[in-house]
Amino acid sequence: MLCDNCKKNEACIHITQINGNKKIDRYLCEDCAANYGEFIMQENSEDQPEVFSINDFLSGIFHNTPQAEETAEPVKSEEYTCPACGMTYMDFTRSGKIGCSKCYDTFRSKLEPLLRRIHGASKHNGKIPQRAGKMLNIQQELALLRKQIQEYITKEEYEKAAQVRDCIRRLENDIESKE
Amino acid sequence: MLLENMFTDDNLVWMDGQGHDNDIVLSSQVRLARNFKEIPFPNRASVTQLTEAKMRILNITSDFSNITKENYTSIDMDKLTNLQKNVLVEKHIISSNFLKNTEARTLIISINSDIAIMLNEDDHLRIQCMQSGLDIKKALEKAFIIDDAVEKKYDMAFDDAMGYLTACPTNLGTGLRASVILHLPGLVATNQVGKIINVSPQLGLAVRGLFGNTAHGHLFQISNQLSLGFEENELVDNLTHTVEEIVSHEREARKALLSYAEEKVCDQAWRALGVLKYARSLSDKELLQLASNVRLGIDEKIITGINENVFNKLIIAGRTNYLTNLQDKESMSQREVDKIRADVTRRIIASSSVKE
Repeated sequence: MLCDNCKKNEACIHITQINGNKKIDRYLCEDCAANYGEFIMQENSEDQPEVFSINDFLSGIFHNTPQAEETAEPVKSEEYTCPACGMTYMDFTRSGKIGCSKCYDTFRSKLEPLLRRIHGASKHNGKIPQRAGKMLNIQQELALLRKQIQEYITKEEYEKAAQVRDCIRRLENDIESKE
Repeated sequence: MLLENMFTDDNLVWMDGQGHDNDIVLSSQVRLARNFKEIPFPNRASVTQLTEAKMRILNITSDFSNITKENYTSIDMDKLTNLQKNVLVEKHIISSNFLKNTEARTLIISINSDIAIMLNEDDHLRIQCMQSGLDIKKALEKAFIIDDAVEKKYDMAFDDAMGYLTACPTNLGTGLRASVILHLPGLVATNQVGKIINVSPQLGLAVRGLFGNTAHGHLFQISNQLSLGFEENELVDNLTHTVEEIVSHEREARKALLSYAEEKVCDQAWRALGVLKYARSLSDKELLQLASNVRLGIDEKIITGINENVFNKLIIAGRTNYLTNLQDKESMSQREVDKIRADVTRRIIASSSVKE
């Protein structure tokens, strides 16, 4: 019988490779058997995405972010637990995967720099779902304005606060009319 | 395509050799990643939550049929054998990632197999649409039709700033991954593929060999890497224009190859056809290499009397899991598979021959 690999020389070596539950039989000539190491490399190279996924890579990026933030982190890290699914910031750095839609709110400040690094942008510009989209837009603006009004009040800048209040009323009316 | 044929057919509608630039572009694919708003993403969801996500889609499958005028079947992953699952991976209908867990993992697939929805892969929904030739726009349109039908009924995970929310931050924004499968023997023979691979990251694209890093059969897959900050149409246009550019380079490379080494190309093509016609044992790599040479020969009108579709069929039929499944066996030794591969190849070549 001829060698499985070169198909030129007589096969004199029989190799059985068991890979998980897959069995691979090879009949090789002396020369090809000597190079068998390369075969194994080839087999593995096709499985490479399994071994090294983008998520591993992402979690790597997180661990290698040397920043002043880290000194402040131990105090804050308690806050970084998603209220909806219970995922912690540590879980994310380990798996590189996000747990639920709420997580994006919870970890927003941490995620934005990462998104800029991956995509070069952190602002969505594409399709918007008809149902959630428009309302969401207004609601987010409202949340922002409510935060602002609190700031102005604590700073005792009442004129600005009044302007913001008018804005909020207008938006609230918008929502009511839509509903 | 009927369910029972799904694992044994060597033909896929979106690999039928038709469409724009079909001498170089085999197929175009678009994938949208979507999640429901209230349910945690599959990696954090309980089985009940996963089932809930699954049922939501199964309940509206009839809507899909009404809008797209196609029928759909749903396949629970835990009802398939390992071999059948691997056949679906080989046919690019599901991802290997989809097999890691089987609980509440379901595939919804159109009869033509051009629309496939994976439920509870990394995201609740992975809407995939395939199209033969270079026509990413068409694939995107189909994906949007399904997406709209889902959105009509359910609230999706969406953020105004970050767009569609996905389990992996690399898909965030549009959730869009568009990819094209290319056959580039000319660029490989003239050592120019490296240049394209090097330049593509600057265009936000990734090029890789379809079968592992060594690009057996001179087959490459090119896809967008960025999904946030661009409109879907921009992403698709960018990919389309790049592919058109690659296609024109490939055509030039083939022209150059034929003017400098016509005899060699001619010899390789006929020799490859001869081996495919008469070989009694073929490894997958050898088959891809030879099939690629034959396809180049057909494209350049060196070989006549054979349907160019034969290459596409051989790509599907030459895969190890597909062949093993044909034999109704759990596993076969490589020698057995190589023998079956040669048998199937001879049959396909014979059936693709056109009487002149």
